[in-house]
Amino acid sequence: MTTIPIGHQLINLFAAILLLLAFAMLAQRRVVSLVNLFAAQGLVLALSTAVVAYTTQQPHLYESAALTLALKVMLLPWLLHRLVRKLDVRWEFEGLINIPATMLIGIVLVVFSFNLALPISQLASTVTRATLGIAMASVMLAFLMMITRRKAIPQVIGFLAMENGLFFAATSATYGMPMVVELGVALDVLVGMLILGVFFFQIREQFDSLDLKHLEKLKE
Amino acid sequence: MTLAGLLSQLLQVAIALLLAPILIGWVNMCRAWLQNKRAPSLLLPYRTIHKLFTKDAVIAENASPIFRVTPYIVFGAMCCAAAIVPSLATALPFASAADAIALVGLFALARVFIALAAMDIGTSFGSLGARREMFIGFLAEPALLMVLFTASLISGSTSLPTIVDTLAHRELAIYPSLAFAGVAFTMVSLAENARIPIDNPATHLELTMIHEAMVLEYSARHLALLEWASALKLFNYSCIGLALFFPFGIAEGTNGLAMLGAAPALVVKLAIGGALLALIETLSAKLRIFRAPEFLGTAFLLAVLGMLVHLLLGS
Repeated sequence: MTTIPIGHQLINLFAAILLLLAFAMLAQRRVVSLVNLFAAQGLVLALSTAVVAYTTQQPHLYESAALTLALKVMLLPWLLHRLVRKLDVRWEFEGLINIPATMLIGIVLVVFSFNLALPISQLASTVTRATLGIAMASVMLAFLMMITRRKAIPQVIGFLAMENGLFFAATSATYGMPMVVELGVALDVLVGMLILGVFFFQIREQFDSLDLKHLEKLKE
Repeated sequence: MTLAGLLSQLLQVAIALLLAPILIGWVNMCRAWLQNKRAPSLLLPYRTIHKLFTKDAVIAENASPIFRVTPYIVFGAMCCAAAIVPSLATALPFASAADAIALVGLFALARVFIALAAMDIGTSFGSLGARREMFIGFLAEPALLMVLFTASLISGSTSLPTIVDTLAHRELAIYPSLAFAGVAFTMVSLAENARIPIDNPATHLELTMIHEAMVLEYSARHLALLEWASALKLFNYSCIGLALFFPFGIAEGTNGLAMLGAAPALVVKLAIGGALLALIETLSAKLRIFRAPEFLGTAFLLAVLGMLVHLLLGS
C-alpha cells in the first residue's frame, strides 16, 4: 500500500465529512439544526479549501477560503437564524417522502454521481480529482433536499448547500474559479438570500404559512 | 490441525465464555456509577447464571421440541462464533471454517431459533417480541454486512483473520471509510444486542421490551443458557468491532506466549469499550420502535457511504 501524503488524506477526510453533512441535512427535521449543519458544511468547505491551497501552493485559494468562512459560516447562518427567529418557524414537519426513503434515494444519487464523475476525474490533472464525485454528490443531495421539502426555508438552505457543492467541485476539478467569478457568485448568493428573506415575509403575509404548496394556487 | 492450534482454539473459547458475563457485569457497573447508584458486583451475572442452573426448569405444557432445543442451539451458535472471531489470535484452526458472511449467518440462525421458540408457546408477549426482533434484525443485518464488506474491500478478503492481519499492518493513515464503518458498526451492535436506543436490557415493561419478551417463558437452565448466550453475543460483537477497528495487540500465529500477551490487551480494550457502551446508554433515551428504521437506516447509510468513499477515494 502506498502512503498518501497527509494533505491528501486531510482533503479526502474533509470530502467525506462534507458528504456526511449533506446526508445529515437531508435527514434533519428541525430548521435551527439545519442552519447549524449548513454552517458546519461551510466550515468544512473553508478548511478543505485552505488545505488544498497549502498543498498545491495556490495563494488565491486562501482568499476564497477566507471568503467562504466569512460568508457561509458567519454571515449567511446569522441571517438565516435571524429569519427563523423573526418568522418563528422552529419546526418543520415531515417532507414529501419519509426520511429512510429519502436516504435510500440519496444513496442511489451518490452512486450515480460517483459513476458520472469517474470519467471526468480521470481527465483532470489535479491532486484533488478524486473528490469531484463527492462534490457532485453534494450538489445532487442538495437538489434532493430542495425537492423533498415543503417549507420555504429548508428549500433555500438546500439552494445554498448546492452552491457549497458547486464550490467544492470547482476546487477539486480546477483548483477554484477565478477571483472575479468567485466574488460574483458570493455576491449573488448573498443578494439572493436577502431577496428570498423578503420573499418569505411576503409569502407568509399572503398565505399565513411558509408551505410552498400554496404557491400552486397562484396559477390562473 | 496441530495440538498447539487446538489448544489455543480452546483457550480462546474458554476465555470468551469466562469474560462474557464479566463484560455484562462491567457494563452494568459503569452504568450504575454514571447514574450515581451503588454498583452491583462485577460477578453478579455469574451468580445469576449459577442460581438459574440449580433451579428446576418449568416448561409450558404445549411447548414443542423447538422450545427445548433453542437454548442449546443459541448457546452453541454463540460459542461457535466466539471460536471464529479473532479475539486473541488470528491463525486459529477454526477461523478458516467461516468467513465474515457466514458469521452473520450464524448470528441470524440464533435469531431465527429464538424467535421461533418465542412464538412456539403462543403467548402474546412471545410473538410480539419475536416480531419486533425480526423487524430489528432485518434492518440491522444489511448494515452489518455492509460494514464487513467495507473492511473486506480494504483488505481484499472476507475472511476475518486476513482482514485483521491487513488492517493491523497498514500504514497509519486517516481512513474516512473505516470511520464511517466504525460508527455504523456501533449503531448495529447497539441494536443487535438489545441495548438502549433500540431496546432496554433492564426493563420488563410490556410495551417496550423486545429481547426480554422473547425469553419470558424460559426458566432455570434454559434461561441461564440464554442469558449466557446473550452475554456471549455482546462479547462477540465487541470482539468483531475491536478486531476490525482496533486490531492492535492481537497475536499472530498460534504462539502461546503471544496469546498470553494478547489477553491483557483484550481485557483492557473490552473494559474501555464497555465503559463507552455504558456512557452511550446513559446519554441516550430509548427510541420508539417506529423510529428504529430511521436509526438503522442511518447505520446502513453510513456503512454504504463508507464503502462508496473507499471505492472513490481509495482510502
